[in-house]
Amino acid sequence: MTPRRKRLFAIAGILAGVGLATAVALKAFDNNLQYFYDPSEVVAGKAPLDKSIRVGGMVTKGSVERKPGSLEVQFLITDFAQSVKISYTGVLPDLFREGQGIIAHGRLHDGVFVADEVLAKHDEKYMPPEVAKSLKKPVPPAPEGRT
Amino acid sequence: MATWTWFHKLSSPPHFYRIAGKMIPWYAIPAAILIVLGIYGGLFSAPADYQQGEAFRIIYVHAPAAWLSLMCYTTMAVAAAVGLIWRIKLAHALAAATAPIGASFALLCLATGSLWGRPMWGTWWEWDARLTSQLILFFLYLGYMALRSAYDDLTRADRASAVLAIVGVVNVPIIHFSVNWWNSLHQGSTVIRKGGPAMPPSMLIPLLMCFAGFTLLYAALACVRVRAEVLQRERNATWLKELGAG
Amino acid sequence: MDAFLSMGGYGRFVWPSYALAAAVLAWNIWSALRLQRNALEHARRRVAIARGDADRQAL
Repeated sequence: MTPRRKRLFAIAGILAGVGLATAVALKAFDNNLQYFYDPSEVVAGKAPLDKSIRVGGMVTKGSVERKPGSLEVQFLITDFAQSVKISYTGVLPDLFREGQGIIAHGRLHDGVFVADEVLAKHDEKYMPPEVAKSLKKPVPPAPEGRT
Repeated sequence: MATWTWFHKLSSPPHFYRIAGKMIPWYAIPAAILIVLGIYGGLFSAPADYQQGEAFRIIYVHAPAAWLSLMCYTTMAVAAAVGLIWRIKLAHALAAATAPIGASFALLCLATGSLWGRPMWGTWWEWDARLTSQLILFFLYLGYMALRSAYDDLTRADRASAVLAIVGVVNVPIIHFSVNWWNSLHQGSTVIRKGGPAMPPSMLIPLLMCFAGFTLLYAALACVRVRAEVLQRERNATWLKELGAG
Repeated sequence: MDAFLSMGGYGRFVWPSYALAAAVLAWNIWSALRLQRNALEHARRRVAIARGDADRQAL
């Protein structure tokens, strides 16, 4: 095989790889969109029970309960219309707190969403702690000693 | 019209070579100053964020990288279109020069974003709209560069890659507006938004300095790279000989 | 100094980010200058060869 042919094959390979990678990325994004449900949809029974799905909403104030002696935590999320109870065993992200949004991956089981991953959302606003205090913004606990 | 004469002159390789050469220090020196001041401000003088703490300081490298990756792709697509429509070789040279720069910053954006997402969101990666489309942008850069190297003939390489650049530019507004159009993990825009930037000046000013510094750095790098392209493309031109030692 | 390095507990995310940024900036500058240097050398060589040819043709 001439060097030029070899190079053409290599380039064709790269382009095919790039095309394939793009297709995979788009499929993953599509899954992400399709299998995402908010609390109203879950309560209305629109979420499948046999699949791993994602739910998202705001952590209801005062709903976070930790089982003593285990890492299990339960809390409610709401879209201000309906609520879903979430159960998660593991370390929550630093930014997890009541009054903020989360996205959970997992399955519905007997009306409770058993999460294997909980992701914390945060908004686009940045400010120093003094300003946040005066605006009564929900503040996460200090990360020192965690993770 | 005066602007067309300027534009026409600039599309002449020897003219561009000379002018770009003169412009380099005017881009590079302010770029260096702004980047140093911006990073210093971001690391030292900006206060920590109420919710993200010191982790938010990643913004001073992540956001400018994101901005540059989008700006470079747009420049690449516009230059490619100009090259195709008006058959100006120098425009293709600019597109080719911009690609590796944009690709490196797209990768930096993804990597620093991942390092930021792990402690804040709780994951290194999520297939949300913003992250997925930014990844695809990086793939587009790679595809552009791969397509160029597939052709021995420079004109064919210019044309084929130009088509890819132009088709892919639709991804740029998708990336920017993705956080508004789809339910995403990535938050909305902090700087370009209704109601003004959601940051106090103490945090915003170093960030704007980094944006400006990175942009000027791109201008300097583009001048250097395009001049090198010009020397390659114009290998047989008489003006090169007159240039002597360059 | 310790507080600065630990970045409130997030040091292992912040410092690699800045290191990667420095690396990308450095690569960009190095790569552009290298292209320029190579292009200039090739151009000089071509001009020298052309001059050599012209001299020979004049003989």
